Amino acid sequence: MRKLKTSATRLGSALAAATTLIAPLPLQGGQSDPQAFAQIERGRYLAVLSDCTSCHTVPGSSQPFAGGRAIETPFGNILAPNITPDRETGIGAWSDDDFDAAVRQGVRPNGAKLYPAMPYNAFTKMSRNDVLAIRAYLNTVAPVRNAVVADALPFPFSVRAVMGVWDTLYFTAGEYKPDPNKSAEWNRGAYIVTGPAHCPACHTPKTFLGGDKTNHYLMGSDLQGWFAPELTDDKSAGLGRWTADDVVAYLKTGHNRISAATGPMAEVVSLSSSNMTDADLKSIATYLKSFSQPADADPPAPIGPKDPRMVAGHAIYRDQCSACHGLDGRGAADLFPSLADSSVARSEDPATQIRIVLRGARSVATAAEPTAPGMPSYGRQLSDAQVAAVLTYIRNSWGGAAKAVTAEDVASARLALASRWD
Amino acid sequence: MTRRLPRKDVVIVGLGWTGSIMAQELTEEGLEVVAIERGPWRDSPTDFPPTYMQDELRYRIRHELFLRPDQTTFTFRNKMSETALPIRSWGAFMPPNGVGGGGVHWNAETWRFLPTDFVLKTHLTQRYGAKFLPPDITIQDWGVTYDDLEPHYDRFEYLCGTSGTAGNLKGKVQEGGNPFEGARARPYPTPAQDQPFGYMLFAKAARELGYKPFPQPSGNLSRPYQNPLGLRLGACTYCGYCEWFGCANYSKASPQTTILPVLVRKSNFSVHDNSEVIKINTDASGKRATGVTFVDTSGDQWEQPADLVILSAYSLFNVQLLLLSRIGRPYDPVSNTGVIGRNYTHQTTSTAVGFFDNKKFNFNPFIASGSIGMCIDEFNGDNFDHGPHGFVGGGYCGHVQTGARPIETTPVPPGTPKWGAVWKTAVRDNYLSSVKSGTGVHGSFYAYRDVYLDLDPTYKDRFGRPLMRMTIDFHDNELKQNRFITDKYAEIIKAMGAKQVVKDYRTGPYDITKYQTTHLNGGAVMGTDPKTSAINRYLQSWDVPNLFVLGASAFPQNAGYNPTGTVAALAFWAAAAVRNQYLKNPGKLVNA
Amino acid sequence: MDEKPVTPTHLSRREVITGSALLLVGASASRAEIIMGHLPWAPNAGNPPLAATSGPWLFFSAAEARAVEALADRIIPADPETPGGKDSGCAVFLDRQLAGPYGRQEGLYLRPPFQSGAVNQGAQSAAGPAQHYRDGLAALDRACSSKHGKVFAELAVNDQDAVLQALESGALKLDSVDGKAFFEQAIKDIQMGFFADPVYGGNRDMVAWKMVGFPGARYNYLDWVNRHNERFPLPPVSIAGRAEWTPKPG
Repeated sequence: MRKLKTSATRLGSALAAATTLIAPLPLQGGQSDPQAFAQIERGRYLAVLSDCTSCHTVPGSSQPFAGGRAIETPFGNILAPNITPDRETGIGAWSDDDFDAAVRQGVRPNGAKLYPAMPYNAFTKMSRNDVLAIRAYLNTVAPVRNAVVADALPFPFSVRAVMGVWDTLYFTAGEYKPDPNKSAEWNRGAYIVTGPAHCPACHTPKTFLGGDKTNHYLMGSDLQGWFAPELTDDKSAGLGRWTADDVVAYLKTGHNRISAATGPMAEVVSLSSSNMTDADLKSIATYLKSFSQPADADPPAPIGPKDPRMVAGHAIYRDQCSACHGLDGRGAADLFPSLADSSVARSEDPATQIRIVLRGARSVATAAEPTAPGMPSYGRQLSDAQVAAVLTYIRNSWGGAAKAVTAEDVASARLALASRWD
Repeated sequence: MTRRLPRKDVVIVGLGWTGSIMAQELTEEGLEVVAIERGPWRDSPTDFPPTYMQDELRYRIRHELFLRPDQTTFTFRNKMSETALPIRSWGAFMPPNGVGGGGVHWNAETWRFLPTDFVLKTHLTQRYGAKFLPPDITIQDWGVTYDDLEPHYDRFEYLCGTSGTAGNLKGKVQEGGNPFEGARARPYPTPAQDQPFGYMLFAKAARELGYKPFPQPSGNLSRPYQNPLGLRLGACTYCGYCEWFGCANYSKASPQTTILPVLVRKSNFSVHDNSEVIKINTDASGKRATGVTFVDTSGDQWEQPADLVILSAYSLFNVQLLLLSRIGRPYDPVSNTGVIGRNYTHQTTSTAVGFFDNKKFNFNPFIASGSIGMCIDEFNGDNFDHGPHGFVGGGYCGHVQTGARPIETTPVPPGTPKWGAVWKTAVRDNYLSSVKSGTGVHGSFYAYRDVYLDLDPTYKDRFGRPLMRMTIDFHDNELKQNRFITDKYAEIIKAMGAKQVVKDYRTGPYDITKYQTTHLNGGAVMGTDPKTSAINRYLQSWDVPNLFVLGASAFPQNAGYNPTGTVAALAFWAAAAVRNQYLKNPGKLVNA
Repeated sequence: MDEKPVTPTHLSRREVITGSALLLVGASASRAEIIMGHLPWAPNAGNPPLAATSGPWLFFSAAEARAVEALADRIIPADPETPGGKDSGCAVFLDRQLAGPYGRQEGLYLRPPFQSGAVNQGAQSAAGPAQHYRDGLAALDRACSSKHGKVFAELAVNDQDAVLQALESGALKLDSVDGKAFFEQAIKDIQMGFFADPVYGGNRDMVAWKMVGFPGARYNYLDWVNRHNERFPLPPVSIAGRAEWTPKPG
C-alpha cells in the first residue's frame, strides 16, 4: 500500500506504521484519510460482514448507524450507541485506538466495559487493520446528532464493572489464526463465521450468564423468542441435508430449496449476507460443511403414525398445511420451505416452529429473490393441543424423528409471545 | 381545504393489473411514480390465508372483497325511455376494490382475442356486407392489430406463467391447442393444467363430434414458476375457491404474485391506499392534466400534482372519472355525438346443466381451478360462416366449471320443487354427478347506439356527485348468437353421456340482479378517429395528451373471450409507447 | 436508478410510536396509508370471520324463532340420513345473519329516492332483510291464526306444507307483505344456512356437506385430480377444523 506524506504534521506513532496512511490532522476523529478509497471500501465491506447496520440503526430509518435501536438480551434491553462521526453524540471524537479497543476488547474510551451484546468476543478475531478500515468507512457516513442513553439494564447488570467477570469467563482476546492444515477458502470461511459475522453469537447456546457454551459450538440457541438452529452437520436438526450450494443460496438470496430466512435471520440476510461476495459465501459454506460429528449411535425413533398426536397432526396437515407445503412435505423450492428436509422443523427446541405457526411469518425479500412469501397466522384457528399435534406430526414424518411438542409448550409460547411487538 | 403534496412524475389512479403494469414499466425509467388506490392494501398471507379464505358465504354471497355500493354505485335501466334506478346491491357484476383490483379475485382465464376482433368493422363488412350487420350496431376497428399486440400478450403470459397449450406457433397449427388462435411467437410458459374427469369427458365428446377441444389458458399455474421479475408462483392445488376469492398459495397470477413485491421495493414508487381519487385536474385550457385530487378515509382532500396521469381504475370508474372531470365530450345517443360513455358493452353468457347417472358418474366437481376446462372455439368471432344464421359474433364454449361450492351448486332437474323432501333428495342425488359451468358459453357483446354510460340526473354518491348511469339491454343479435352456441354446447354435454341436459339460454331483458361476469367494457374506447373514440391507438386521451386511460374501457366492443389478457396486453403496449415515444417527446402521439 | 437500502421485514415498535412513514397494515386496515420500500407485515395478521356462538337468540323473538325453526324444517325436512333445517342450525344461522351486517344492509346503497321499478332493476326498498323478516314472520303467523286458529309453528306438518305451497303459488296472500317474495327469500336464506360453513351456525357438524359429498374448506386436491370417476374419501372440514384435528386422549 502506498504511503502518503503531506505537509501537515506527520503522526509518528505505531499507528502510522500500522495503517500505512499518513494524513493531516483529521477533521473527523481517528487517523483515516477520507480520500483513501481502497481502505474505505474495505471497511464498508467489513461493516457488511459484521452487520454493524443491523444493531446500530433503527429499522427503516434513513439515518444509518445513528443508534437508538433496542437490542434484546436475556438481561434486558440495551440501546445500541450512535456510531456516526458526530462529535458530541456519536464517535466522531474517538481516536482510532479508542475505536479499536471498543470493537476488539469491549472497552469504551472512558474505560467502561461494553456489554457483550456488542460481540467484541467475536470481533477480537479481526485485525487492527480491519477495524481501522471499518473506522475509515464510518468516518464517511453522515454524522447524526442522536444522543443515545446507553445504560438501560437492571441492576446488577447496570454495573458495567460486572462485565470484568464476564470477560474473565468468556473472553479470549486474539486475532484469527489460520489453520495451516486447511485450505485458504476454509480459513476465510472460519474467519468470517467466528469473526466479523459473529454467527456463534446467536447459533451457539449460552450459559446463564450469556457466554458461549464452547462445548456446544454452533449447536443452536434461543433468543428473542426464536430458536436459532444448529449449524452442525446433523442431518436432522443441522445442515446435514444442505449442500454447500444450498448454504450459499440461503445466505445470498434468503431462500433455497429447503428453507427461507425469517425473523432475525431475515435481517442478517438483507443487511449482511446478501451483500457478501460470492467467494466469501462459498468460503462460509465450505467452513460450515466441513464439520462432521459421529452419527448418533442411538438415533431417536420417530413417533409412530398411530399415535393420537400423529393422527390428529396428519389431519391438520392434510387439511391446512399441505396447501403450500405440499402433500409430500417438500414445499416448493425458494417459495415454500420443505418441511421434510427442514432443520428448523426438527430442532430440539421447537420455539421457532411454534412461533411461526402461531403468529405467521414473512420471509426475506432480496434482489435475487424478491417474492418474500408469507406464512399465515394459525394462532386463532388452532388450539394449543392442535398446534402441538401438527408440529409433532411434521417433526416425525417423511423420515424425520424428534421429540413431541406438547400443548404446554405451545401454551407457554403463546403467553411469552403475546407481549412481543415483532 | 385541499392540501397539495410534492409533485411526482407520474400519478396512477387505481393499482390493479394495468396500474401495476404501468407502474413497473415507468419506475424502470427512473420516474417518480405514486399510485392512489381507493381500496385497501392486500397481500396473500394476511388477506387470503387458507385458514379462512374458503368461505363461500363471506366472499361469494356477501362479496367481502368487492366495492361496497354505498361507497359508489351506478344506476341502471334497459332503455332510454325508462328511469334508471340505483344498483343498491351487486348482482350482474362485482366491481373490484383494493390493491390488485380484479386481479385478486378473477378466475385467471387468460385469453387472447382473435386477429379479426381488432378489425371487426372492416372484416365483417368485407365478408358479409354492411346490410348484414344489425341496425344501430356501432362496432369499430381498434386502431391496433393482433400483430401489434402479440409481443405484449406474450409479455403478460410470461409475467403470469400462464399454463396452456399453444394452438398456433408462428403460423403453424399445433395439435392439442386452439387451432383458431392468432399466431404466437412462442409456447405458453408452463404446460396446461391437468384436467379432472368431467373436463376430459367433455373433450372426448367434443372430439367425437368433430371439434378440436383444447385446455383453457390458465393463470392458475400447473407448476411452480419464476417470472421475468424474479417473482415465484406455486402450483395450483385445485381448491375450487377461485373467482371471488384471493389465492392462498401464490398459485394464481395477480398483481400481488407477479409484480407488487418487486415494485414496492423501489425507492421511486409509493402507493396511497384507502384513498379515492375524485377528480383528474386539468389546467385552464382543459388540455393538460395537472394531477389528481383524492380523499382519504379521514375525509381529508389532497392534491397530487404530476406530469403524467395514468387512469387505470377499472373500466367503469375510468369513464365515471372522465365524465366527472369533464375530460372529453360526453356521449349523447340522441344526437349521436360525443365519445365518453359510448360503446358500453358486457358479455353474453349462458350455460347448460348436464345430469348424469350417479351410479356411473362421479365428477368430484369441487376439484377445480378458476381456469380449468376444455373448450372449443369453432363458434367464436368469425370462425364460422354466419351467413345462414343471421347474426354476427360468437364465443367459446366449454366445460369450465370452477368449483362446486354448495350454496350455489345444487343443480336439480327441472320440475324439482324448490324446497322440501323431494328437493333435498334431488340435491343429494345430483351433486356429484352433474356438470354446471357458470359460463359454459362465453359470447361476444357488440356495441350499439343505445347501450351507453352517462351521468344520472337524480342519484348521488357520498360526495354529492352524480352516479354514473348505465343504459343497457341485449340486442337480438347477441340473443341469437347465444341461442345458437348454447344449442351446440348442449349437444356436446349430451354426448358426454348425460341422461338429461337443461339449457339455460341468455334471454332479455338484461337483468342487473343475475351475475354474468364482470367483463364491462367501453365508454372510453380507443380508435383512429376522435369523433368516435376517446383515446388513440396508444390509449392516450385525444383531448389531454398527458393522460392515458388503461383498461377494458378502451374496448370498442367486446369479443367472445375473457378480457384480462387483452387488457394487460394493451397496458404493456401503452407502456411501451410512453417509454419509447412519449417520454422522449411529450405531446400527442397521433395526429388526427 | 438505485434501490433504497433494503429494510428488514419487520418493523420496530419504535417506528410505530414515532409514526414514521413506513406503516404496518394490521387486520382490516381502514386507515389510508402510504406503502413503500417493503411489503407490510405484522404478526397475528388476518381477519377471520366472527363465528356464531350458541346461546340466546340475538335477533328473533321467541315467537319468531319458533316460526323460523318450523319453516326451516319444512324447507329442509329431516330424514333418516340427514337432519332437517332446524336441527342443522339453519334458524340459528339466520338469526345471527339478521343480527349482523346482512340484516342491517351494511354496505348497500341506501340513499333516496326509493322508487319501485322493474324486477330486473333489483330491490329498491329502504327496509332490509331484518325488517322484511319481522314483517313477514308476523304476517305469516297472522294468516295462519286467522285460517287455522294457530300460528305457523303450531300447525301439523301437512298443514304447514299446504300453507307454504299456497304462499309459493300465490294462492295465499299475506296482509301488508308480499308473501311469495317472503317465502322465496326464506328458502334462499335457510338453504344458504344449510350449506354455509358451520362457523356461521348452520350446517351443524357439516351435515349438509356430508349429505352431498362436498369436502368443505380443503385446499389441496393434487393427488385426486387424475383419479377419474372415483369417490373422494376424506371427510369434510370447516374453516374451524374438524373433530379429527384434536388428538384423542389415551
